[in-house]
Amino acid sequence: MSITRHPDDSTLMSYAAGSLPGALAAVTAAHLSVCPRCHDEVAMMELLGGTLLSDLPGAAMGRPVPAAPEIEYAPPVGPIAAPAGEVPPPLARLIGHDLDALRWRWISRGLWLRWVPIAGGGKLHLFKGAPGVVVPEHGHHGSELTMVLRGTLADTTGEYGVGDVCDLDESVEHTPIAGAEGCVCVVAQDHSVRWRRLLVRLARPWHGM
Amino acid sequence: MLDFSIIPGSGGQSPLSAHRGIMADLLQRIAERADPAAFRELYEVYGPRVKAYMIRKGADAGTAEDLAQETLLTVWRKASLYAGDKGSMTTWVFAIARNLRIDRLRREVPWQELPEGRLAEASGEPLPDEAMAEKERKQRVQAALAELPAEQRDVVSLAYIEGLSHSEIAERLDVPLGTVKSRMRIAYQKIRQALENLE
Repeated sequence: MSITRHPDDSTLMSYAAGSLPGALAAVTAAHLSVCPRCHDEVAMMELLGGTLLSDLPGAAMGRPVPAAPEIEYAPPVGPIAAPAGEVPPPLARLIGHDLDALRWRWISRGLWLRWVPIAGGGKLHLFKGAPGVVVPEHGHHGSELTMVLRGTLADTTGEYGVGDVCDLDESVEHTPIAGAEGCVCVVAQDHSVRWRRLLVRLARPWHGM
Repeated sequence: MLDFSIIPGSGGQSPLSAHRGIMADLLQRIAERADPAAFRELYEVYGPRVKAYMIRKGADAGTAEDLAQETLLTVWRKASLYAGDKGSMTTWVFAIARNLRIDRLRREVPWQELPEGRLAEASGEPLPDEAMAEKERKQRVQAALAELPAEQRDVVSLAYIEGLSHSEIAERLDVPLGTVKSRMRIAYQKIRQALENLE
């Protein structure tokens, strides 16, 4: 996996701050689990969080310091095994390890969708596109994060392979196209999608996305 | 501002800890010897800050204190997982407090993994700050924060301390979402630079 497209620094920063809506945080966590570069950035952003925390004027504690409880010694965490499958561990908790075992909802020719329930705000979906299939042009009221889990995806902002993330805000409308081998992606939005053409807007199966 | 120099180190450290910062030393005392005095220091230094952090997200004083206590007990229990890392004690406390705040106050799944869960997956390339003592890194970050224009410092603070999303910050400040994101991006680049330039 050679990752070249990353979430925006402002997205990573919001993640480190603990203020990214749940759906966007899920995609970011998935990317972090396969991307050493972003992993290191988030570590530095957490350092900033620690500094901000220690600079906060303290609130007086009302109770005395509790007695220190017994420590349960845990062995140090060893190297975490590389994820065996194509579903990054943070997503596997939500959808399991096998993309082919999922029940997909057919949307239109060559296009399938699956809604993934998530707490904490925003909407999370998986979509599967057959080779060359075009996702209808759309924009967003807020942010949209798309991560490729299988195959490739391209739009006006570039080409995305496995592990890459396309991070868009409301200023961009795009028409993603599945690559020659098709694709499976996970996509998070913090607000509803704004479908550009009325015809598309009326296409019922997309409602709710 | 916290002054870490007031926290006494303990003599006779193992060679492993000899070169570390004072707070890391405190963590070491917790991890290696379950030193109750170290727990008291940890509690007195961080308790009020973590409590204030919880209050900022809307917790009442009692809940905030419960969450602060839970945060520091978690630090205490998990210190052995974290000791040996070159990172910062403060970062570790922040990450635990952040996850608890997400979990309890926003009723959300805590997506953020704690630093120890990610250590092994790091690139192996040293972070620009890795060679620095914790105190020095903190001072660098504090100085960089102080130099930020107010509009950049505000978005950082709203995200980290008030726990607002990009959209919520945009609404609060009545600016476009893209403006919030670019302010955060620029603020981060400056802070990152401050740490890199120290090498």
